[in-house]
Amino acid sequence: MQKKECVAMLLAGGEGKRLSHLTTKLAKPAVPFGGKYRIIDFTLSNCSNSGIHTVGVLTQYQPMVLNSYIGIGSSWDLDRKNGGVTVLPPFMEQRGGSWYKGTAHAIYQNIHYLEQYDPEYVLVISGDHVYKMNYALMLQQHKETNADATIAVIEVPIQEASRFGIMDVDKDDRIIEFEEKPKQPKNNLASMGIYIFTWDVLKRNLIADAQNPASSNDFGKDIIPSMLDSCKSLYAYRFNGYWKDVGTVESLWEAHMDLLLENPPFTLHDSKWRIYAKNPNKPPHHIASTGKVTGSLVNEGCMVFGEVDHSVLFYGVHVGEGSLVKDSVIMPYAQIGKNVTIRKAIIGSGTVIQDGAHVGSADESAEITLIGENMVISSQMV
Amino acid sequence: MNNVLGVINLSINQPLLHELTYSRATATVPFGGRYRLIDFVLSNMVNSGINNVAVLAHNNYRSIIDHLGSGKEWDLDRKYRGLFILPPNNSHAPGFNGDLQNFYGSLEYFERSIEEFVVVSSSHMICNINYTEAVENHQRTNADITVIYKEMDDESGDFSNLITLDIAENGRVERMTENRLTKKSNKVYMRMIIIKKELLIDLVKKSVNQNYYDLVRHVIIRNLNELKVYGYEYKGYLAIINSVQNYYKYSKELLNPEVWQSLFYQPGLIYTKIKDEPPARYAQSANVTNSQVANGCIIEGTVENSILFRGVRIGKGAVVRNSILMQKCVIEEDTTLDHVILDKEVYVTSGNKLEGDEMSPTVFTKKSRI
Repeated sequence: MQKKECVAMLLAGGEGKRLSHLTTKLAKPAVPFGGKYRIIDFTLSNCSNSGIHTVGVLTQYQPMVLNSYIGIGSSWDLDRKNGGVTVLPPFMEQRGGSWYKGTAHAIYQNIHYLEQYDPEYVLVISGDHVYKMNYALMLQQHKETNADATIAVIEVPIQEASRFGIMDVDKDDRIIEFEEKPKQPKNNLASMGIYIFTWDVLKRNLIADAQNPASSNDFGKDIIPSMLDSCKSLYAYRFNGYWKDVGTVESLWEAHMDLLLENPPFTLHDSKWRIYAKNPNKPPHHIASTGKVTGSLVNEGCMVFGEVDHSVLFYGVHVGEGSLVKDSVIMPYAQIGKNVTIRKAIIGSGTVIQDGAHVGSADESAEITLIGENMVISSQMV
Repeated sequence: MNNVLGVINLSINQPLLHELTYSRATATVPFGGRYRLIDFVLSNMVNSGINNVAVLAHNNYRSIIDHLGSGKEWDLDRKYRGLFILPPNNSHAPGFNGDLQNFYGSLEYFERSIEEFVVVSSSHMICNINYTEAVENHQRTNADITVIYKEMDDESGDFSNLITLDIAENGRVERMTENRLTKKSNKVYMRMIIIKKELLIDLVKKSVNQNYYDLVRHVIIRNLNELKVYGYEYKGYLAIINSVQNYYKYSKELLNPEVWQSLFYQPGLIYTKIKDEPPARYAQSANVTNSQVANGCIIEGTVENSILFRGVRIGKGAVVRNSILMQKCVIEEDTTLDHVILDKEVYVTSGNKLEGDEMSPTVFTKKSRI
């Protein structure tokens, strides 16, 4: 294999329990997002746009949809003769085998994959976040500071800091201390779960970690603290853009509503940093004479006969006459009948909402209503 | 359908498309919000299971090569068979008279292919057809040539520049008439034929040697008595893109949801070059009715009875009615457009008022700034 300067390892095995019915049959990175994409499209597109064309995707939980979605990586221009995308599921070997026990263990199990490319650096990312980031700039800083590890950080409101892994840094942004979900945060620099390691340092640490039976084999809990303990040089890389963990029903809904703001903090209409996705090959969408669409994102293949306000429609959605869809996210191929109201809801792919049904509540403080995939909801049910 | 070769014959351009073909071949005229004319015939062939397709390119074929690339979007990037773009080979003939010369120039491709049958189609008859049944019919009737036709409604009216068929009860074509002036037959020849490859090679060689140059006129019509030419009726939706006026008329028919469903979904999907545009964005001030909108658009104004291609921007207070706006057009604030066709990347500055009328929509050429 040809040598690669930097290889990306994308952790995509997450179950996403807090996404409830949306992840019954899907790994979290395969959950639909933004009217067209799956969550993993953002990290894969970031890799492609950053010029990192060798990406190992570590799958585990419910991998079928994800595996077939990634394919040979052509949607992200990652079908390469040298490198490209490789899906890396857990495997058996002569001395046994096991599930990936933690994030670090997943990389440890695939040391042989990385060694093929004899990389200088390894980028570790996860397929759970929505953001646009040029990893090449982070790598540049990593090289300039001659760091052993660089961790991307984002400033969060101090009152929320105890939900994150928080970095304490010196004036040069060298990391002094790392605390996972501290009760009394000293700082508001949160880890984004994006790491660049100098490969030989990481490799030694992964091997040592694997031999420690007390370790949970996790980057945040084990690898980073142990590297700090052994006085390795770790730096923070400050990121100023939009970054969102869409791991809960609330945050998934919120992230969609962020896209709909008049001046969105995160735009998909960016020809310099396109987000790629597998294309469903649908014709342009049709807004009928009876249809009305405001403050929304609508994808190809939709037919809108009713009213859609402040919502995101994925491809192939049908909205019948006399229906109202408001403050909602309607996933691919959902069919909404006539005289239906849907408010503050997420409707899963392929679900049918029959004529006259009402989903969600007009009350603004109401919780988000989540309807899973391929359900049939009649007017009697909700 | 492993035994069938697809040939897309681009030698015949449609001069009445005027401005729309100034910078491109007829086959790459944008249509239906995100497609090019050639996408329909190419997808039809692929959906019918034909996996060896040759495009007989003619003039202005830069846009064809740009659009088709390796054929990946149509699943035709194959190690074996796949997509072949065959540029015209004019070394044998001093001037160009007709499409047979391009067939003749590419004879080697036909001779080298192992398929037994050939489906030949041009690109400006837009439909969604599966050729499987037509090829079976061709074999069953033991025809030399099968011509595919569509029985048009009388009120579709304009039959100029079309060829109509007189067909006997047994299905045999008795007459093919060009530019029919008096109405006798509504059976419009769709510029699609099925023929055995060996017979095609033979007829092309013989005809060219006798200085004939036109496939329809000199191979089919001239031989109606000697060859068994049968008709096969296509019953689905057909749009004939042979003039600006027809382009406009058929584009607007796509706003009928039934037409939209049948042309884009049945029996197969239509594929095109992917642009990776995000979903269309509607501002709170958007007011869109009876329109077709492709991805990448940002709409802040009013749009009625119109088709917006990928990446079009409509400013606040702008009103677009009865119009077709191709890729990446920008309409600034407080502009009014009615009955216009804007080619790609037309920029209309704020306060402008552009109008055409139903029978003759005004066309603005690619990249013009108004």
